[in-house]
Amino acid sequence: MVEFTLPRNSKVKQGKTHKAPAGAVNVKSFRVYRWDPDKDDNPRLDTFELDLDDCGPMVLDALIKIKNEVDSTVTFRRSCREGVCGSCAMNVDGVNTLACIKPIAEIKGDAKVYPLPHLKVVKDLVPDLNDAYAQYAAIEPWLKTETPEPGPESERLQSPEERKELDGLWECVLCFCCTTSCPSYWWNSERFLGPATLLQAYRWINDSRDESAGERLDALEDPFRLYRCHTIMNCTNACPKGLNPAKAIGEIKKRMVQRR
Amino acid sequence: MAQDDRPLSPHLQVYRPQFTSVLSILHRMTGVALGLGALLLVYWLAAAAAGPQWFNGARAVAGSWLGWLVLVGFTWALFYHLCNGIRHLFWDIGMGFDLTVARLTGWCVVLASLALTGAAWVVGAGGLGGLP
Repeated sequence: MVEFTLPRNSKVKQGKTHKAPAGAVNVKSFRVYRWDPDKDDNPRLDTFELDLDDCGPMVLDALIKIKNEVDSTVTFRRSCREGVCGSCAMNVDGVNTLACIKPIAEIKGDAKVYPLPHLKVVKDLVPDLNDAYAQYAAIEPWLKTETPEPGPESERLQSPEERKELDGLWECVLCFCCTTSCPSYWWNSERFLGPATLLQAYRWINDSRDESAGERLDALEDPFRLYRCHTIMNCTNACPKGLNPAKAIGEIKKRMVQRR
Repeated sequence: MAQDDRPLSPHLQVYRPQFTSVLSILHRMTGVALGLGALLLVYWLAAAAAGPQWFNGARAVAGSWLGWLVLVGFTWALFYHLCNGIRHLFWDIGMGFDLTVARLTGWCVVLASLALTGAAWVVGAGGLGGLP
């Protein structure tokens, strides 16, 4: 359902301001979404003034600095700090991205940091992605075959050309930046699979070794699961890995027509 | 864990409009506008059928400044929806998904819709000796 405003318990209030250390010259304000499940209060936006001369270049560096030096209760997911694990997905400066590969220098004015949009918040910048993971599991993201396995000394072979068909698909790190940037997903997340999951669905449909493309397409032939995509392209604009979920979804729609 | 008094993270409130998303919502809005505009077209035809008195009334409505504004808006909505619809047809055959191409075709749609609206009014108004 389309809802233009936030529920009453989700409205964001003004929070605390943590001033920059005395003598800091290169100061930037980070406005960070906070919500504590142990307090009976609305979310708030805390402001942290940081000295950029004493901070790493990426938004994640700033968040880690805040957690280490200013407020240790600031909560976020992070792991690899190089755009490979997909943990630190969040909304930075109005667009979903991975905080670890988003340069602070690209942000004009205050840096606003929110959790991924339109999800239930677990704490601060940690959203609940359980439904998105369940949708990913629902497309059965593994190789499905009918033909007998080639003996123990062999494998299911793929030509370099067939392997190339998977480029632009396998690189997805499942950060869900794309899925949670999609207005169609915001309004229909319980039925529309969303760009990340559909890109992965196409990754298997398009795999020359997979023998269940027909069943996979059958499972997607649904007004909501696939066809809520209206090519808004927020997904492709957001993808921190430079992939193109909109194109993958377009390819699935094309296959639906071609197999008739 | 999964209590439902957990807040919903901000979405429309914080998401920066992208060029492609603005064009997309305009496609939806012009579609709705065309549907409503079709009702006005029915009013105009019904007035013509009802007799000269009614039709003169309809002409007065269409000729007022508000009427002109609605008619120009309706024309632009028609051409925008048409041009962007063609863009959608290319997407349907799998073309034009690269971001640079999608932005370029987006600008083409915006400019073409404005040009066609202008042309329609110049040609239409000129050809029929001053509409409406």
